[in-house]
Amino acid sequence: MKEVLLGNEAIIKGALKAGVDFVSGYPGCPSAEIGDDFAKIAKEKGVYVEWSTNEKTGLEAAIGASFSGLKSLVNMKSFGINVCSDALLPLAYTGTKAPMVIVVADDPSCWSSAQTEQNSRAYAFLGHIPVLEPADPQECYDFTKLGFEISEKFNIPVILRTVTRAAHQRAVVEFEEVGKKERKIGKFIKDPHQFSTMPPRVLEMKKELLEKIKKISAYVEKSKANFISGNKKSKIGIIASGISFLYSMEAVEELKIDAQVLKLGFFYPLPEKLIANFIKGKNKLLVVEELDPYVEKEIMRIAKTANPKIKIFGKDLLSEIGELNAEDVCAALAKITGKKFKKFSVRPLILPKRTARLCEGCPYWYIFPTVKRVAPEGTIFGGDIGCNMIAGLAPHSMHDYLFCMGSSIGISHGVKKSTNQKVISLMGDGTFFHSGIAGLINAVYNKSNPLMIVLDNRITAMTGHQSNPGMGKTLMGQDTQELQIADIASACGVKNIKVLDPINIKELEAVIKEFLEKEEVSLIVCKRICALLARPN
Amino acid sequence: MKTFNLIINGIGGQGVITLLSLIDQAAFIEGYDVRSSELHGLSQRGGSVETHIRFGKKVYSPLISNGRADLIISLEMLEALRETSKSGKAAKFLVNEFISPFIGSLTKEEIEKQLKVLKNELHIVSASEVCKEKLQNEVVSTTYLLGWAVYKKFIPLKEDSVLRALKYVVPKKYREINIKAFELAKKHD
Repeated sequence: MKEVLLGNEAIIKGALKAGVDFVSGYPGCPSAEIGDDFAKIAKEKGVYVEWSTNEKTGLEAAIGASFSGLKSLVNMKSFGINVCSDALLPLAYTGTKAPMVIVVADDPSCWSSAQTEQNSRAYAFLGHIPVLEPADPQECYDFTKLGFEISEKFNIPVILRTVTRAAHQRAVVEFEEVGKKERKIGKFIKDPHQFSTMPPRVLEMKKELLEKIKKISAYVEKSKANFISGNKKSKIGIIASGISFLYSMEAVEELKIDAQVLKLGFFYPLPEKLIANFIKGKNKLLVVEELDPYVEKEIMRIAKTANPKIKIFGKDLLSEIGELNAEDVCAALAKITGKKFKKFSVRPLILPKRTARLCEGCPYWYIFPTVKRVAPEGTIFGGDIGCNMIAGLAPHSMHDYLFCMGSSIGISHGVKKSTNQKVISLMGDGTFFHSGIAGLINAVYNKSNPLMIVLDNRITAMTGHQSNPGMGKTLMGQDTQELQIADIASACGVKNIKVLDPINIKELEAVIKEFLEKEEVSLIVCKRICALLARPN
Repeated sequence: MKTFNLIINGIGGQGVITLLSLIDQAAFIEGYDVRSSELHGLSQRGGSVETHIRFGKKVYSPLISNGRADLIISLEMLEALRETSKSGKAAKFLVNEFISPFIGSLTKEEIEKQLKVLKNELHIVSASEVCKEKLQNEVVSTTYLLGWAVYKKFIPLKEDSVLRALKYVVPKKYREINIKAFELAKKHD
């Protein structure tokens, strides 16, 4: 059937068609709809779905499922792959048993991302893991299925690397709807030879992996995920990777250029023979890819023997920063071909920027101004990921540093150890469970004394209200143990702990003052539900 | 038909994405190739949200190039001003007469003045107010604006396709009020 689908919805349809049994991951933008929407159909389609505590535990859960014979899908945003990479790289060595596809959603232009403008494609080189790059929702569907197929055929995890403009693109998708199915119970069949990377086996495994990649390379040469369109005789070639294909085609039509286009669906391994044949008859080649010139460098290498005279253009004409669009590709093509193209002259208009802000009634409205007012001048504020990022923006403008999930307490400990200054770390409840606990233990163990304030709004809010271990509910709606942040901190050895409702500003003020004088780590849990959840619908 | 390029923008939480889904669906019902692009996440926490919809015979890019928009629907007045780079000379502006102020924001008069400098066809419609008064519901002002665009033929989609799309996209309990809001636009000039 045909429907208008969001890229992430198409990934779900593709995974269902491939017979997925087990879905895990951690919510982030632009990938979160995958877990959220899977949960809505999980029972009917016989799929187990969870939000894991972080991307590493999510991947590890899927590894367990794969070793037990279940088909798994793991979903995360770009930075998630950093978190799970410790488990990901050995997984390439052991290989999968039942197939696994890992969705990693990058965000060129950082529409919804702090940290860095990450190009997760680099993990292909680091881990020798096949990477597919869909350009649109149809390819999100097709490539998810293809990912499962490759994973099954070669017993290797496959990364489906999307970008915001593919994951959050809507377009018409042709797909097959699958019916109801019973949840599959797997069986773990012992095979330590394959599942344990203990030396000296580990180097054998590396050899096996490299041999696998060779076989996959041969498979990729024939795959329809890479294809050529346009006039074969044309002397101008374009090689476009993932979403860049759409901008390239638009530009070719716009400028009415006679060019042949090679679309790469595979980022790794590349179809080297296909590329070599493609560039043989060409005089000029434009490589269109977003962010770093990984494909361009590979093509330069291939061209050395295939066509040393060809002139290759890429990042000399297209930016390494930010997402591309058709206009950028038009300008690059015009330069190469001598065609006329004038960028639309934008009327200069400087407008005040409307940045993200706390919602009406948000409990953080009670916390940020109070903390700022009570803290002595010169106090250092560590920020973290989630809705509390808004503390970094006006009118609060509080953050002195912001890195990655769970990092505020870790860095605050280092600052505290290195200075005589007061340090306050802000962190959300979701982030605390994700990766804040390790930093807290480190601070306690090493006799540090920052003040940590957990903004416990009872949910993982920023990414669209996903459940977390503090809520007593799983993603599939089951009741579960409701973990208490104060109990965890207490078990970690934190002596000064206060749980309060931040609406009681006087109490919050008093506790901040008291805890800032302590010689050990202190923790305030500001517990009040997210205003969007508290509101009647 | 030449590809139709539509920008819908506003601020997070105003229903930009529901409106986008509706138009995508209506264009699909009419047999067009349709592609759209939206933003979630940080921008939805009260930030600016810009979405692109393109439909026609064959559409490649989900993004509209600068100067190529045919119609801009803005759910907030200052946000309309942000689209001066996307709007060509022929672009029409359909703007909700609604302002969500913030620190450093412009006054309504200043925004109107700036919008008029453009010399584009400009319609400032009191959608939020009309919907609040007639339907006691401000949220459906997006559907009311879509009604405007369809009945005034700013957008090449048929009334019937939009109503069919509405039934498909909008959950049952909000359907009736959305249909009312859509049809309310028929009676207004």
